[in-house]
Amino acid sequence: MIDVKDLHKSFGDTEVLKGINEHVNRGEKVVVIGPSGSGKSTFLRCLNLLETPTSGEIIFDGVSMTDPKTDINKMRQKMGMVFQHFNLFNNLNIMDNMTLAPVRTKLMTKAQAQEEAIMLLKRVGLEDKAYAYPAQLSGGQKQRIAIVRGLAMHPEVMLFDEPTSALDPEMVGEVLEVMRKLADDGMTMVVVTHEMGFAREVANRVLFMDAGEVIEQGTPEEIFGNPQNPRTQSFLSKVL
Amino acid sequence: MEQLYTQWKPILSSGGDLSFWQEFFVKFYQAFIEGDRWLQYIKGVGTTLYVTAMALILGVILGVIVAVVRTAHDQQRPGHHNPILGVINAIFKVYVTVIRGTPMMVQLLIMGFVIFASSKNFSLVGGLTLGINSGAYVSEIIRGGLMAVDGGQMEAGRSLGMNYADTMRFVVIPQAIKAILPALGNEFIVLLKDTSLISVIGGKELLYAARGVVSRTYEAMYPFLGTAFIYLVLVMAFTWLLGKLERRLRQSDRR
Ligand SMILES: Nc1ncnc2c1ncn2[C@@H]1O[C@H](COP(=O)(O)OP(=O)(O)OP(=O)(O)O)[C@@H](O)[C@H]1O
Ligand SMILES: [Mg+2]
Repeated sequence: MIDVKDLHKSFGDTEVLKGINEHVNRGEKVVVIGPSGSGKSTFLRCLNLLETPTSGEIIFDGVSMTDPKTDINKMRQKMGMVFQHFNLFNNLNIMDNMTLAPVRTKLMTKAQAQEEAIMLLKRVGLEDKAYAYPAQLSGGQKQRIAIVRGLAMHPEVMLFDEPTSALDPEMVGEVLEVMRKLADDGMTMVVVTHEMGFAREVANRVLFMDAGEVIEQGTPEEIFGNPQNPRTQSFLSKVL
Repeated sequence: MEQLYTQWKPILSSGGDLSFWQEFFVKFYQAFIEGDRWLQYIKGVGTTLYVTAMALILGVILGVIVAVVRTAHDQQRPGHHNPILGVINAIFKVYVTVIRGTPMMVQLLIMGFVIFASSKNFSLVGGLTLGINSGAYVSEIIRGGLMAVDGGQMEAGRSLGMNYADTMRFVVIPQAIKAILPALGNEFIVLLKDTSLISVIGGKELLYAARGVVSRTYEAMYPFLGTAFIYLVLVMAFTWLLGKLERRLRQSDRR
């Protein structure tokens, strides 16, 4: 479903991604791990063009995302993204957070979007927060809402960039629980995370990135049980 | 009252002895009541408010347009530079530089005696000049506010498939406005007081009225103190209104 061809990305003179070739299949759960600064976030953000690749191609549903003629907004509607710092719209209450994009992109009428939002909020046990503002919620609650805000657009794939890294430890579980359910429902997911337990449990495939390249990849059993590359071994010995 | 005035006025002008309160009464009466002078002040306040409102509206419209265009220009994706946006951005940059680089008084004189030399509508020319002036400052305040909004807000909007304009309009601009309201309020207070400058091109605002009274009565203190007092009341009313607006906008900060 997503095809990444020879993806390069530089910030100024520093090359952060040095030629990545990947393919994500429909329904697949890909977890990306690697040391800080290895380019995991940049890779993920290139997938929906929040970062513009320096060269290479991203093909999503057979359409080239990197082609200047592509309507990038249309494409992004099919790719949800969850950020480390939630990024709920601070000036809007939860209901408006969830309905703004579906209504403005004419995906739904306001009434449809509100009905959908209530249903999604129920799914994560937060329907009583529909008219609260983000500042009134805990980190775990904000992140669960950020996830269902993405789901409100009926995306085909969800991208997660360290969704639990900014959370207090006691709130990590509730967010991972939502993600686990989403995975069980068959959503295609690309997840950057330091939660190795989650990776082991949910991933179909784990990518290990270091210094702008995917050094090693395989099933969780292969990567965690029997890593081949010395850099993978050294990274895992530090985090496990 | 009129009787007392006609009785005491000659004593005062001939250097005779009057109590403090008698003297106060005479000068106050002369500055504000004799010949219905208070009407001139009221008319002056009317012009002041009219010019302020015009300049404020014009300043905000100009400021928002300039700020949004300049921010949009700076936030373009690499390799997607729009040449039309580039030209407009360059024009706006010149506008801000020229307005901020020259004194308000000089701008007024140029507008009043060069560009609109034949116009007799001094309030309109004054309001226009002040609005154009204010727009440059407001645009910089708004630009600062837009830049101060966490970049994650724009990214979240775009990642949901909303376009740049919608994300700006519904997410970024409302947050920026809330953050810059105190600075904008300050700018508007300066604007209100700067309307006093339009008397140099013949605008008949509050200070013009006071100066008219001074030149006829040869008494400066009461007209000018009265003028200062009226400005103070206007600014305080304005500040109160802004405070109300701020409290309303802050409802999303409730915890
Ligand atoms: N906008 C930017 N401008 C300049 N350099 C950047 C920018 N974004 C990222 N970088 C650099 O690119 C490199 C990779 O960053 P990236 O955020 O992709 O790493 P990461 O693997 O996600 O790390 P972490 O685990 O800390 O989130 C880093 O060296 C970072 O400093
Ligand atoms: Mg990162």
